[in-house]
Amino acid sequence: MTDFAIGLNGICKRFGAVQANRDVSMNIAKGSIHGIIGENGAGKSTLMSILYGYYQADSGSITVDGREVRIRNSQEAIRLGIGMVHQHFMLVDNFTVLENIVLGAEGGLLLKQGLAKAREHLQALNRDYSLEVDPDAIVGELGVGLQQRVEILKALYRGADVLILDEPTAVLTPQEADHLFCILRALREQGKTVILITHKLREVMDITDAVSVMRAGTVVGNVRTADVDKEKLADLMVGRKVTLKVDKAEREPGAAVLDVRQLCLTDARGVKLLDDLNFQVRAGEIVGIAGVSGNGQSELLEVLAGMLEPTSGEIRYQGADLLQEKSSQPRAALYRKKGIAHVPEDRSREGLVKSFPMFENAILGYHDDKSVSKGGLYSRQALLARTRDFIRQFDIRPDNAQLRVGLLSGGNQQKVVLAREIHANPELLLIGQPTRGVDIGAIEFIHKRLVELRDAGKAILLVSVELEEILALSDRILVMAGGQISGEVAARDADTISLGLLMGGHKH
Amino acid sequence: MPRWAQLTVLPALNLLAALLVTGFVTWMIGEDPWECLQLLVSGAFGSGEGIGYTLFYTTGFIFTGLAVATAFHAGLFNIGGEGQAYLAGLGVTLVVLAFDHTLPPIVLVPLCILAAMGFGAAWAFIPGWLQARRGSHIVVTTIMFNFIAYSLMLYLIGHHLIEAGSQNPTTREFGQASWIPAIHQVAAGMGISLPSTPLNLTFVMALLACGLFYLLVWHSRWGFQLRTVGVNESAARYAGINVSKTIILAMCVSGALSGFAAINELLGSTHRMNVSFTNGVGFVGIAVALMGRNHPVGIILSALLFGGLTQGGLELSFEKPVITREMIIFIQGLIILFCGALENLFEPFIAGLFKRKEDK
Repeated sequence: MTDFAIGLNGICKRFGAVQANRDVSMNIAKGSIHGIIGENGAGKSTLMSILYGYYQADSGSITVDGREVRIRNSQEAIRLGIGMVHQHFMLVDNFTVLENIVLGAEGGLLLKQGLAKAREHLQALNRDYSLEVDPDAIVGELGVGLQQRVEILKALYRGADVLILDEPTAVLTPQEADHLFCILRALREQGKTVILITHKLREVMDITDAVSVMRAGTVVGNVRTADVDKEKLADLMVGRKVTLKVDKAEREPGAAVLDVRQLCLTDARGVKLLDDLNFQVRAGEIVGIAGVSGNGQSELLEVLAGMLEPTSGEIRYQGADLLQEKSSQPRAALYRKKGIAHVPEDRSREGLVKSFPMFENAILGYHDDKSVSKGGLYSRQALLARTRDFIRQFDIRPDNAQLRVGLLSGGNQQKVVLAREIHANPELLLIGQPTRGVDIGAIEFIHKRLVELRDAGKAILLVSVELEEILALSDRILVMAGGQISGEVAARDADTISLGLLMGGHKH
Repeated sequence: MPRWAQLTVLPALNLLAALLVTGFVTWMIGEDPWECLQLLVSGAFGSGEGIGYTLFYTTGFIFTGLAVATAFHAGLFNIGGEGQAYLAGLGVTLVVLAFDHTLPPIVLVPLCILAAMGFGAAWAFIPGWLQARRGSHIVVTTIMFNFIAYSLMLYLIGHHLIEAGSQNPTTREFGQASWIPAIHQVAAGMGISLPSTPLNLTFVMALLACGLFYLLVWHSRWGFQLRTVGVNESAARYAGINVSKTIILAMCVSGALSGFAAINELLGSTHRMNVSFTNGVGFVGIAVALMGRNHPVGIILSALLFGGLTQGGLELSFEKPVITREMIIFIQGLIILFCGALENLFEPFIAGLFKRKEDK
């Protein structure tokens, strides 16, 4: 019988009304790479947070090396040899790699001794796993791929035998991802156990030995990777045949609504975030922008929404350059009044005020709207009526307009934002990561809405890191890499492989 | 933990803890804590006169509490209420000294109020502007501005505004045209006899201000922008809200509200300005806002607590020479400590109790 590094038995966890994990059991063999796959919101992250001691399971047990343990906090997890590489790195940007690694495990009274010892250890680790990280580099100056390796080193330095990686490739180009996989294989050869959380089938097929499929908080399958194929996994994951294909008729687009010319944005350090962008979005078409996150898509959206000032260039909207407009109000307010709606990438940080009730979030950005206020005071009736319309039209649950938005699920939060922005009847909709953290039912709903909007002759600029989504919705696809547009493809000619190459910066 | 418990059980526990420590200290200096508490409460609420004085102090605390709360809703911690009230006093004094023999009350008093609001707002505008446009931290600047205000006033009163021939650092008495009628005078006009106290019509303004504050913060467009900036600046930028303008304006409103504390004191009671007329009203306002959870109802209640403590404490120190004014400040300090700084001291414990009950 195989030795199990980790055993999870009947784990249950409930947050309020949401059952995040229901009777989850799986065994993870020592020295293997084990994938945990599932849609957003399937309960993968909750499960790993329980294993790493952030949350306590309501019931169920955990075994490490066959011994039953209680993990009350992350220190205990580390002591048991469990390490975690988060999706969002937990690094101090202005410290060196070495300083980041000893952080929290400095050892000894004087920093110098600790650092010297750590340096030796670090170099050994570097060698063993071909991590190629310079201990004296400043972390903030490293690329994303390298920062991730620093996180891995940090876990190894603390003596991790089991390494949990949460969606590690979300921020990487395909090439960087390949390098990461080499490292993971090296770890496996040295007898380490790797748990890989992902929702990408390709990764699971490429690298894992076994895989647990999660759906809606439960495990729907524990299988050996060799015994399954992509299609089988996808069916398990979604629970029904899901084609991300959206019913969408061919449509001849109208005049250009948005015409971006030579748009550049340079940050304070002189890094070109947007580098000479030229493109159009026409009425009645969806233009998708694909790319690994962090290649300028976020900045592009913010510039077009008026939240960031570009360094140079023109943003022609309905024929006139927006940047030439003079106004005493902030640009974001001005653009919105001109009919540019914006569903931001980060809805919980920008698109919503989580501590406000739904009816106040229903007017965020449209708070000057005269139809809901009189003499500077809002009519509570009008706000509630508008919100109830949103709830009805977008099937927002629970249907309580007074509820704080932070208590809604990701999908319902997104519906609130979308309802608000579509209600404004925009000519141009800017939308970033429309289905990030959104459950599958809501994804189909949101996609349908976007196509409806397009069919009504509106222009839509869609930014997403999900290629499937870009492929399903877009009429034309632009790929961004390093702040530039590295290629344009008509949607009917596009496939993931050619897009992947463009995302890595290979020009057409 | 349910919201009602958060709003009632926690403050009550905090208050109780502060009183227990106070009682212990009282016992250590050889007094009977229970008797002292009785004296304190009856001093504050036991007689018409006591209540009058209590409400007079409450008036100032309501205004400075609202001032702190306004800034707080915009995510700003305005420690400068004291200095803003001080400067507002200067505005009032300048107007009164110039016009109290020429203008009728109906013109002079509103003019004084405008001056108080204007000077208070101006003194708050500078830290607000520095924060919004230059990134200086509002806590540091407002603290510094308290000291600047104090030094400035010391100089102005000592060298320019001092009553001719006087040894005391105070101005001459204000002309009667500037006096805001006391409540007992108004009552007497209606045939009701009340004991004579400095409680004046500013108290009515304070209650009105609470109502306006509620409408402004929770029902107005400006309040919506204010609160959005306060809890999520990114969302405010996304929504096209002018963040720096909102911050600056919030500070100005805050300073203007502090200014009313000067009105209450100068036009309602002392009718002359001396160097120490603010007497900590701005600092108590911080505790009032914290304890009142930045809501007008809470602010009224906690202002009443601190008003009662001030009045009852004074009575107590008359009765018990051992209990000095410093002792009263000590008690206030303890209450601020437990209700403000250690606001959530008992929270995990109480939350645990509620959770256990829920589990059963």
